[in-house]
Amino acid sequence: MDIELRGITKRFGSLVANDAINLKIRAGEVLGLLGENGAGKTTLMNTLSGLYRPDEGTIVIDGKETRFEGAGDAIRAGIGMVHQQFMLVPVFTVAENVVLGVEPTGRFDHLDLAKARQQVKAISAEHGLDVDPDAVIEEVPVGIQQRVEIIKVLFRSADVLIFDEPTSVLAPQEVTEFFGIVRSLRDAGKALVFITHKLHEVLEVADRINVLRAGKVVGERDPKSATEAELAEMMVGRAVRFQVEKVPAHPGRPLLETSNLAALDEREEIAVDGVDLAVREGEVVGVAGVQGNGQTELVEALTGLRPPVRGTVSLLGQDITRASARERHRLGIAHIPEDRQRAGMIGEFDIAENMVLDSYYDEPYSHGMIMDWAAVHNVCVKNVIDFDVRTPSIYSLADHLSGGNQQKLIVARELSRDVKLVIAAQPTRGLDVGSIEYIHKRIIAARDAGVGVLIVSTELDEILALSDRILVMFRGRIAGAFAAGEASLSEIGLAMAGATA
Amino acid sequence: MRQETLSEEALTRAAVSRFDFEQLAIVPVLAVVVAMILGGGVMLATGVTVPMIGQAYLALFDGSFGSLAAVSETLTAAAPVTLAALGIALGFRAGLFNIGAEGQMIVGGLAAVTAGFSFHGLPLVVHLPLALLAGMLAGAIWAAVPGWLKAATGAHEVITTIMLNLIAVQLTSFLLRNPPLQKPGRHDPISASVLPSAQLPKLLTWIDPGLRLNAGIIITVLMVILVYWLLFRTTLGFEFRASGLNPPAARYAGMRSGLIIVVVMAIAGALAGLAGANQVLGVLGRASPGFTGGAGFNAIAVALLGRSHPVGVLLAGILFGALDAGGRQMQVMAGVRIDLIAIIQSLIIVFVAAPLLMRAAFPWAFGFNARRQGGR
Amino acid sequence: MAVIETAGPVHIDQARRRQTLVIGWLLIALAVFVAVVFGAEAYGDATFRLALPGDMIALPNLVVPAAPYNYVVAALLAFFGARQFMRGAARRASLFLGIGLFLAVTTFLVWATAGKEFSLTGMLEATVVRAVPIALGGLVGTLSERVAVVNIGIEGMLLSGAFTGAIVGSLAGGWIGLVAAIIVGGLMGLALGALVITYRVDQIIAGVAINLFALGLTSYVTSQVLTVHHQLNNAPIFGAVDIPLLSRLPIVGRVLFQQNIFVYGAAIIIAAATYYLFHTRSGLRARAVGEHPEAADTLGINVYRVRYINVTVGGMVAGFAGAWFTLGSVGRFDINMTNGRGFIGLAAMIFGRWHPVGALMAALVFGFADSLQQKLAILQTPIPSEFLAMAPYIATIVLVAGLIGRARPPAADGKPYIKD
Repeated sequence: MDIELRGITKRFGSLVANDAINLKIRAGEVLGLLGENGAGKTTLMNTLSGLYRPDEGTIVIDGKETRFEGAGDAIRAGIGMVHQQFMLVPVFTVAENVVLGVEPTGRFDHLDLAKARQQVKAISAEHGLDVDPDAVIEEVPVGIQQRVEIIKVLFRSADVLIFDEPTSVLAPQEVTEFFGIVRSLRDAGKALVFITHKLHEVLEVADRINVLRAGKVVGERDPKSATEAELAEMMVGRAVRFQVEKVPAHPGRPLLETSNLAALDEREEIAVDGVDLAVREGEVVGVAGVQGNGQTELVEALTGLRPPVRGTVSLLGQDITRASARERHRLGIAHIPEDRQRAGMIGEFDIAENMVLDSYYDEPYSHGMIMDWAAVHNVCVKNVIDFDVRTPSIYSLADHLSGGNQQKLIVARELSRDVKLVIAAQPTRGLDVGSIEYIHKRIIAARDAGVGVLIVSTELDEILALSDRILVMFRGRIAGAFAAGEASLSEIGLAMAGATA
Repeated sequence: MRQETLSEEALTRAAVSRFDFEQLAIVPVLAVVVAMILGGGVMLATGVTVPMIGQAYLALFDGSFGSLAAVSETLTAAAPVTLAALGIALGFRAGLFNIGAEGQMIVGGLAAVTAGFSFHGLPLVVHLPLALLAGMLAGAIWAAVPGWLKAATGAHEVITTIMLNLIAVQLTSFLLRNPPLQKPGRHDPISASVLPSAQLPKLLTWIDPGLRLNAGIIITVLMVILVYWLLFRTTLGFEFRASGLNPPAARYAGMRSGLIIVVVMAIAGALAGLAGANQVLGVLGRASPGFTGGAGFNAIAVALLGRSHPVGVLLAGILFGALDAGGRQMQVMAGVRIDLIAIIQSLIIVFVAAPLLMRAAFPWAFGFNARRQGGR
Repeated sequence: MAVIETAGPVHIDQARRRQTLVIGWLLIALAVFVAVVFGAEAYGDATFRLALPGDMIALPNLVVPAAPYNYVVAALLAFFGARQFMRGAARRASLFLGIGLFLAVTTFLVWATAGKEFSLTGMLEATVVRAVPIALGGLVGTLSERVAVVNIGIEGMLLSGAFTGAIVGSLAGGWIGLVAAIIVGGLMGLALGALVITYRVDQIIAGVAINLFALGLTSYVTSQVLTVHHQLNNAPIFGAVDIPLLSRLPIVGRVLFQQNIFVYGAAIIIAAATYYLFHTRSGLRARAVGEHPEAADTLGINVYRVRYINVTVGGMVAGFAGAWFTLGSVGRFDINMTNGRGFIGLAAMIFGRWHPVGALMAALVFGFADSLQQKLAILQTPIPSEFLAMAPYIATIVLVAGLIGRARPPAADGKPYIKD
């Protein structure tokens, strides 16, 4: 099946997410759709899979103009999307999830689960996707969940399979397996679209690459001849520097030390499994690893939001294992949380209130129980100017800021005070390139001023650019430790997959 | 590429949008008007003639604001419902649904009446505050329990407070049928009478001894000021609002969410308990089943109408007090049963809580296109 | 060659362990209580009348020596409690707690009846009758919450059904009254759906508003119109329908096969709902909408429509249940006659873990407590009836607090679904 998108435009209010996009998808071919966060790739594919309706333009399937009224129409037309966040019902079984929406039924609407199981096993065998139809999704590992998503799509006789950032939750070994599946599906005659922002992956698996930037298609390349630098430049519109300019680190005395630290996750299973790490003054330590290997819980244990079940944490020799978040804050630990919308700021508070979100209880912002709003406003204005937070007023709601400015607000809040240690989790997730560069600069500036920085990020490029020392987390343990410049990408990748060579 | 340097003056300019004004003023006013119109429709459907409807609404206005006696009645009815609503509004601000104001009012009233008849020979300045405090304490405990359960176990406060409401009703029946609360010599469920030294003084008896307005209204206004100050000028209020708007962010900022939940519920319960005490010490002089008059449930509507802001709650409370006082007059003068007021009140809740509905039905009242979002 | 580690997750089930110990202490405390209060103060024998006129076989009275029975049960409870502290007890903890509570209730009955006579079958019959509105109310809540719409407005829907049944029944007879009640209930459900799904009103507020509106409207019309026009509030009552042969079985016959159509209807509705939710395609989709509406949406399921349908059907069930209060019981409408039964239905839903049959079981327990309350007055027990009336409420709080088992609602419960 061949699909052509002609002049597709989609707007959300004043934001033009897709701007007159022309795209061709051919059977038996893997199309790589490349673009950074916010370029419009997901919106475009959501339009193709029927979730959105385009404001302008048409979808042409095998030469015929088609209109989708909903996801159901697209599915019936043979288009299957595997979303970045899995669309699986956690309490249902594999079989129930696969057949949901196209269930085999008997009389009186009876759900024929036996038949569903059979059908799942058949597709499993045909494409080499091994799964247990009766397993409950929430008890099954992420790699298996992805297989279920693929089976779902094949079950609906999809001829076009769209993968949205499929490798973001996979370890490098699982990624290789996944690419094998992609190639075999292509050889079976399916049309495949592979959305990503990872340059090396798209060069490895795609047959053709289209680059999206700010809602437009800016070019098409052949992966056999394209280079990473060329593609990166197309993605951001100017020559990109992969390294942040920085002088070598001069680390001082040990600042943060953990010993055999262990913590549980939400489901009361071990997430941090005996971690020993240290951060010195004036150095950046980067923690790399695939999402879901305990990094979140580690950060929470270090910042006082999750009580460890074993081990110790100390700051400058002082034991802070049981200290509350507030006490750690007072001792000079700053925390830039990984999900700014959810945990870093309060959207319906104004900028001034957000600026003192974790320091309102101390002088000069309050005297005992009474808030001193005048003092708050003075400091806020100073910080907003210092840290280049673009806003018309400090009384604007934080929700009205762009993602980049929201993160700058949080960085301003944390770095404007006297801190000894900064713990930053995914500090530039979802931001535009300008904001990313700015925040990286501020982090290095803090390091140069003698602050210790611990960065946790799933973006390996960011870790490599900023860190003086790199740790890799796998299944709650430190699986590898490298000095910057010593490690090769493949060594780090193997550590991320838990392999010890 | 940096924009020109932001000036300090520019940054401190307030940013108020038209959307806020619509939410705060247009929607509630429109809601009340539409509810009254629909109330008229209900009257029509039950055989009340159009001139009678006019008479009914006239009696409503007359009975609420038409004379000093009417205003006295309005404010008397407004005090308890406003107090309870302040508590509920405080809860809303902290992200909690305190449906239990009715139960908290009940136990507050029971505690106040007990303190009111139990101590002989105390002067007013000691006995009255003592009885009021007893009511506040009882209400605070009755609310702190579901608060603690939520903080410790995650139990949803809607269910627990509803259950405690039902328990409070049963408790009332039991306590009022037995000593020590039951009035000696009576077999029906009614409490002993509050001693004069614990009664809220009437304010307007020097003009006309029949006027029922009591000092409760002064306490109410004081509480409105206190709650405003608490919410917007203290660190505690900052924590309440943060926890209500974004609990994970509040937690990450080091706020102890468990403690906040319990404290908010306790304060809300104290306010509701105070409302119950007001009813018992200022209006009725004793407790009997149903002495709250459903004020705990009406308070939910008042809190919503007042957009959870102390001043808004005061205005909304006065409105509901007016509906109550006027409704009684309406029943007497026009023969329309007072239950109609309950219909109007529930319609007000719906309209205030559904701005999308109002916008769809009355696009001309709002600034921008009525875009209907939602189902197909 | 590289070696890939495969470390599995470590399960530390702290909550389970704590729960098991809590149950253990609870059982031991119960044992002590039963021995001291019910065992020591029980004099004579408790006689339970089992037979009723019309039974095919007249069963003899069940005579239980009060004190010995209670002491034996106390010992048994202590044994169950002690068992909880041994290893491996976690698996059956809830089961033993349930059995223990049941036995404790029997000792209470035995103690209260000691030296007197008491119709057990009569009480079981009343239990089933009283359980009907609660079980159906719980079903209404279940149908709604399974698609992630919290329905606090069950009370108001029941009241509307009762009211409609009474008035239309007075005018046009019982069957038409029943149909009208179902339709009105459906309309209330539709209203809740519209408020919550289309207009994004907060679900709790919408429920509270519906309750207040229904109470206000029914009270207003009753006091304005019905007190004058008595003929509008005089509906026929559906009598008991004997199922031939089965109704003459001892105990079960009277309790299960000699009830009115509301009891039979409830049984059918609950069975149908269970089949629907867990064995049909629509039920799978409904549950998907409640657990992960976004996933359902991407698979072409119309989330809004599924929610509307379930909430409206729930409203229809509520209309039927509401009609029981008038057409199945007293034939006339009194102001606020549901008196909190809708909220007990919510409690039954939580108890029943959002399963129609679970809600039925819970409703039977609550109905038992309710009819026990009545009988106790007859038996002149020293325990005030109000405390027994409180028992279901306290039990619900305990359950919701997860002190005995975690009650897990559908994942998307309470959140509106907003499509971009």
